Amino acid sequence: MFKYLKQLTSLVAMVAVLFTFTTETMAAKKSKTLKNTQKKGFVRCGVSQGLPGFSNADAAGNWTGVDVDVCRAVAAAVLGDASKVKYTPLSAKERFTALTSGEIDILSRNTTWTLSRDADIGLTFVGVNFYDGQGFMVRKSSGITSTDQFKNGISACTNIGTTTELNMRDFFNSRGISYEPVAFEKADEVVAAYDAGRCDTYTTDKSGLAAQRTKMSNPDEHIVLPETISKEPLGPVVRQGDSVWEDIVRWSLNTMIEAEEYGITSGNADMMKTSDNPAIKRLVGSEGELGAAFGLDNDWSYRIITQVGNYGESYKRNIADTGILPDRGPNELWTKGGILYVPPAR
Amino acid sequence: MKLKKILPQLATLFVVVLIFGFFTMNAQLNMENRGIDFGYGFLTQESSFDVQFSLIEYSGSDSYGRAYLVGLLNTLLVSVLGIIICTIIGVIIGIARLSPNYLIRTTAAWYVEFFRNIPLLLQIFFWYYAALRALPLPQDAEAIFGASYLTIKGFYTPSLIWENLDIFIYSVIAAIVAIVFVRIHAKKLRENQGKHLPVLNISIAILFVLPLLTFLFGGVNVGYETPELKQLAKTSFKFEGGLSIPPELLSLVIALSLYTATFVAECVRAGIQGVGKGQREAAASIGLNRKQVLNLIIMPQALRIIIPPTTNQYLNLTKNSSLAAAIAYPDLVLVFAGTALMQTGKAIEIVSITMLTYLTLSLSISFFMNWYNAKIAIVEK
Repeated sequence: MFKYLKQLTSLVAMVAVLFTFTTETMAAKKSKTLKNTQKKGFVRCGVSQGLPGFSNADAAGNWTGVDVDVCRAVAAAVLGDASKVKYTPLSAKERFTALTSGEIDILSRNTTWTLSRDADIGLTFVGVNFYDGQGFMVRKSSGITSTDQFKNGISACTNIGTTTELNMRDFFNSRGISYEPVAFEKADEVVAAYDAGRCDTYTTDKSGLAAQRTKMSNPDEHIVLPETISKEPLGPVVRQGDSVWEDIVRWSLNTMIEAEEYGITSGNADMMKTSDNPAIKRLVGSEGELGAAFGLDNDWSYRIITQVGNYGESYKRNIADTGILPDRGPNELWTKGGILYVPPAR
Repeated sequence: MKLKKILPQLATLFVVVLIFGFFTMNAQLNMENRGIDFGYGFLTQESSFDVQFSLIEYSGSDSYGRAYLVGLLNTLLVSVLGIIICTIIGVIIGIARLSPNYLIRTTAAWYVEFFRNIPLLLQIFFWYYAALRALPLPQDAEAIFGASYLTIKGFYTPSLIWENLDIFIYSVIAAIVAIVFVRIHAKKLRENQGKHLPVLNISIAILFVLPLLTFLFGGVNVGYETPELKQLAKTSFKFEGGLSIPPELLSLVIALSLYTATFVAECVRAGIQGVGKGQREAAASIGLNRKQVLNLIIMPQALRIIIPPTTNQYLNLTKNSSLAAAIAYPDLVLVFAGTALMQTGKAIEIVSITMLTYLTLSLSISFFMNWYNAKIAIVEK
C-alpha cells in the first residue's frame, strides 16, 4: 500500500496547485492591470524590434521614439517615474498575442487601428499618436517617380502580418497590375532583401519607409513615392475588458497632445501652475480632481508633461530632429492645419 | 493482483485528463473574459492577401482554407526536394568517407564537420543573403546553356509546352507497370531456372520506347518557351515566360539539403561499417565480384542499420523547413501561422491546425519509413 502513497501525495499536490491557479483567475477585478502595474513597479510595454523615430533602442539599450513616449507617459502617470518601463520588442506577428495573453499591458508599436482588429481579437485601440499612410519606396536610378509607372510583374518586398499586405493587394488589383509579393517576418530582413535588389519596390507605412531608409547602405539612392495608398492611423492598444486601464492610457496620450495645444512644455509646466487659464491649471494639476477618476493622484498629468514632454516635444525629439520626417504633415495640431484633435481634459 | 497493475495507470490517466481539462478550461475562461471568439469558421472566409509562390491557383479572393493548402503544398515541396537531394548527397558523402583515397575521404570528412556544426538558420541566411547578394541583376545575368539565367530575382529556365500531355503521362505509367511485371518475371526466372535477365537494360528500353511511341503515333508534341528579359523601369528588369524558381525556394532547399546531408552521410557510413568484415570476406570467398558484394551482401544489411536514423533526419528536415519564414518562402508557417493568423487573430485555432499538420506529416513519413524498414528487415526462416 505504501508503494502508492507517494504517487497519491504527488497527485494531491498537483490538484492543489491547479486549483490555486483557477481561483486566482476567478478573482480578476475591474482594474487588475493598474493594480498589477503598481505592485510590479513598472509598466510592461510592447514595442517594435527597431523602428527609428517610433521605438528604437540605442547601443546601451535605451529606448526612444514617439511610441516609447506613450509608455513613458503612462509610467509617469501611474508610477511617478517615466523610466519605469519594461520594453518587450515584438514582431508584427507576435504583437497581438503578446497583448491578449497578458505578457504586456500596452502595445505601442506603430499599429494600425482597423475595425476587425478593434472588434475581433480582444483588443481596444485607445487613440492615434501618428497619422500615417502606406507608400512605396523605389531606387532613384529606376526613374520611377509615381506609382502610375508600375508595370506588370513588379516585385514588392514587405512585412507579413500587417495591413500592408492587404492594402498592397487592393492597390495592385484595382489597377490590374500583376505583382510578386515577397513577405518577410522582420523589418530588417525586408530592408536587407530590398537593398540587395531582390525587389523593385519596398512598401510599408510612409513613416516606416522614411525611418528604414536611414538604415540602407546608401539612403540617397532611394526615394519614397508621393502617392499614399491607404489610411494608417497608428496608436497604442490595450487588452479588452479593463476600462480603467484603457482610460489611463488614452488620457496619458491625450494629455501630451492637449498640453501642446495649450503651450505647456516640460520646461514651463511649473510656471503654468499659476496660469489664469483653468484648462491649463487642470492639466498641470493645480486645479480640479481629474486624477481621482482613474484612482490616481492629481499630479499625474503634470508628471507626464515634465518627465516626457508634450506631443510636439516628443515629435521634434524623435522624428523631426532625427531627419526622418521633418514636416509634421497631418500630425500637426488642428489649430495649425493638422488633424490632431483630442477631447478636452475636464 | 490485477488492481495493482491498473490503479497507477488509471491515476496517471486521471492526472493527464485533469491537466488537459484545466488548460482547456483556462483558455476558454480567459478568451471569454477578453471577448475572443473561438471557432474554425474563418477557414471559409476570403483571405484577401496574396502569396508569392503557389503550386495551385490562388489569389486573395480565395478562402483562408485554400491559403492553408497553398502553405502546406509549399512545405511539402521543400521537404520532398530536400529529402531527395539530401539523400543523394548524403549517400555519396557517406560512401566517400570510406574511400581508400585520402583526398576524397578527408574532403568528405571536412564537409560533414563543417556543415553539421553551423546552426541551420545561419546557413539559410548565408545562402539567401550572402549568396543571393552575389548574384547578378536580371539585366546583367549571363545565360547558362544558352537559355537559363540565375539572377537575384530567381532562377529562370525554359519550360516545356506540351500537347496531349495526358497521353504522355499514361504512357509513362504504362511503362512503369510493364517494368514491374518484367522484374517479377525476371525474379521467377532466376529463382526457378537460374537464368539471369538483363533487367536494367530492358527497363530502360521500355521507359524510353513506350513514351517515344506516343510522340510518333499519339499526337503528343512538345515545344518550349524561353524566358525573355522585360523592362519594368529604367534600371529594373525581370524575366518573363519559361519556368521560374524563386530565390527563396532555391536557398532554402540548398541550405536544408546540405545541412541534413551531413547527418545522412554519417548514417550511411555507420551502416556500411556496421556490417561485419566477415560478411565481405565470405562473399568474396564464394566468388562474388566487388559490385555483387556491395549490392547483394553489404547494402541489404547496411540498409537495416541506415534507415531508422535516416528517418529521423527526414523528419528533422521537414520540421526545419518551417525556418522558411525567415527568408520569405511562403511555407505553412509563413502563410498560415503567419499572415493568416495575424489577419484573423485566431491564434489558438491556427496554431492547433498547424501543429496537427506537422504531426501528421511527421507521422506519415515515419509510418512510410517503418514500413520500408520492415520490408527490408531480415526474414528469419
